Amino acid sequence: MSDIDPFEPVQDGSTPSHAVDYSDTVVIVPKAKPEWSRRNFIKGVIASGVTVSGAVYFGPALAPLEPLSAQSVTRLITLNVNGQTRRVDVLPGETLAMTLRYKLGLTGTKLGCDRGECGACTVIISGATHYSCSTLTQRVRDHKITTIEGLESPDGDLHPVQQAFIDELGPQCGFCTPGQVMSAVALLEANPNPTRIEARAAMSGNLCRCGAYDHYLNGVMRAAQESQDG
Amino acid sequence: MIKDMIPGFELFQPTEIESALELLDRFGEDGWALAGGYDSLDWFKNRGKHPEAVIDLQGLAELNRIVEIPNGIEIGALTTLTEIENNPTIRERFGLLAEAASKVASPQIRNAGTLGGNLCQDARCWYYRYGVSCYRAGGNTCYASAPEALNREHAIFGVNRCVAVTPSDTAVALVALDAEMVIRNSGGERIINAEDFFMEPSSDITRMTVLEPSELLTAIRVPNTWIDADFYFEKVTDRNSWDFALVSIASAIKNSDGQINDARIVCGAVQCIPRRLENVEAMIRGRVQDENTAAQAGALAVQNAEPLNYNHFKIPLMENLVKRAVRG
Repeated sequence: MSDIDPFEPVQDGSTPSHAVDYSDTVVIVPKAKPEWSRRNFIKGVIASGVTVSGAVYFGPALAPLEPLSAQSVTRLITLNVNGQTRRVDVLPGETLAMTLRYKLGLTGTKLGCDRGECGACTVIISGATHYSCSTLTQRVRDHKITTIEGLESPDGDLHPVQQAFIDELGPQCGFCTPGQVMSAVALLEANPNPTRIEARAAMSGNLCRCGAYDHYLNGVMRAAQESQDG
Repeated sequence: MIKDMIPGFELFQPTEIESALELLDRFGEDGWALAGGYDSLDWFKNRGKHPEAVIDLQGLAELNRIVEIPNGIEIGALTTLTEIENNPTIRERFGLLAEAASKVASPQIRNAGTLGGNLCQDARCWYYRYGVSCYRAGGNTCYASAPEALNREHAIFGVNRCVAVTPSDTAVALVALDAEMVIRNSGGERIINAEDFFMEPSSDITRMTVLEPSELLTAIRVPNTWIDADFYFEKVTDRNSWDFALVSIASAIKNSDGQINDARIVCGAVQCIPRRLENVEAMIRGRVQDENTAAQAGALAVQNAEPLNYNHFKIPLMENLVKRAVRG
C-alpha cells in the first residue's frame, strides 16, 4: 500500500481512484471527493486505520466516502459481549464469528463451515441461538451476546451444562462442543425441564462429526436434572 | 483461519420503510435487501452476488409484527420462523403454516430466518449456486438436466429449461391457505395472491418471484377461509434437520360427515413454483373421504410427471404424500 495515497483527490468521482493487483488480491482504495471537507477528512482517518490494521483481509471492503442522505453504518461500534462493553472496529460485511475470534480474541467460538451448516459457531444473542458465521456484526449492536467464554462463573465454576457434558463424555474431538453447549444453555434458559424429544429438537442445529449426539443429549438431560435438584 | 471474506459493500440500516424503499430505488440492481441473511450471506461469501449496497431490513418495526385484520391476520415479512412456529394465533388458526415453519432448516436458522426471506429465497440447484452460467444465471444451458447430472432433488413437473424446484416450506402452506402477498415500492402497494407470487421459468427464468429490484415483500395476509379445515403438512427430507424438501405437501380439507366439501392441496419441491393440484382438488370435491378417494387422488396427482435421470423416486413419493393428505 506504500506507493498509494488513498486520499489523493481525483477529479472523476465515478470510478475507484486506484486498483492495484497484488497477484491475486485486488485492493480497491476508496473514492475520494474532489472537494475536501473536515467531515470527509475525519472519515478518511477512520478508514486509514483499517487500511493499516487489516489491509490484507479487508482491503477490498473499504467503502466509498460519498455522503448519502440515509447514512450507511459507522465502523466504530460498541458491542455487549458476555456482560462487557467492547469497542470494536467492524466492517459492514463482517460476520460476528470473525469479530469475536479475530477482533475480540474470543476464540472459543469455532468456525466450522462458515455457511450456517454445522453449528460450531453458535452463540446466544438476546436469548436465542444464532450462527455467528452468518450474522453480520453490525446487526447485533443493540443485543446482548453470550459466547462460550461467558458461561463460567467468575470464581471458575463451570456452567451446569459444561459440567454435565464432561460428566457424560460429550466432547470427543471437541470442535463442535462450544456450539453444542450454547444450544443447550439457550434451551435450558427457555425451558428448564425439557423432554428428551424437546432437547433433541433444540440440539438439531449442531453437527457432531464424532457422532456423540447421544452423549450430548444425556448431558443436556443431566444438566436439566441437576439444575432442578440444585 | 479467515476464509470466504465477504466482498465490500455499504450497509444501510433504515428504520423507516420509506427510507428502505428509497434506498432500493436509488441502488436498483446494485442494491440488496437483507432479511435473516442465510441466503444472502451465502451468495456474498461465494462471490455469487456483488451488491454495492445492502439494505438491512431488521430495523423496520412495521415489518415485524402479526396483526389482526378483517377476516384474517397479517404477518409482517420480517417475522422470524421461530415466532411463526410459536405464535398462539397462528398455531390455533393456521396450524399448517406453524407446522411448515417449524420444519425449516435448523433452530438457529429459524431464529434468524424470516417468513419473507423463506418465501423469496433463491433456487437451491447446486449447479446454479456453484456459479455456472446456466439459464437461471442468464446463460444458455442447464447443467442439472444433462444426462449424467446429479438431479435427484430437481423437478418432475413444469420444466422450462431450468429444472430447479421451489425450496420454500412456508410457500406451499401459504398457497394452500389462499394467502396474499403485500408488496411495496416507493410508488405504493400492490397485493397479489400467493399462488401468483412465484415466477414460472417460462415467464422469467432469472427470478424466483414477481418482485422487482425496487420492491419489498412487506407482509403476508392469511384469510380465515380455511381455519376450520383439516390441515396436513409433511416434508420428506434426507435428514431431519437443515435439509430442503425432496417432496413436501400442504393441504387443507373441509369436510362434513365424511364428505369432502372443499380442498387445497399443494406440493413443494416438484416444480419451480409451489404446485397446486387443482385437478385433484376438483376430483375429490363432493367425494367421501376414504382410502379409495385417496388412492385415486394420488394417482391423478402424478399424472404426466416427467422425471429426470435420478429423481424417478419423487413420483411414488408424491403419490403417497397426496394419498396421506387426502385420507386425512
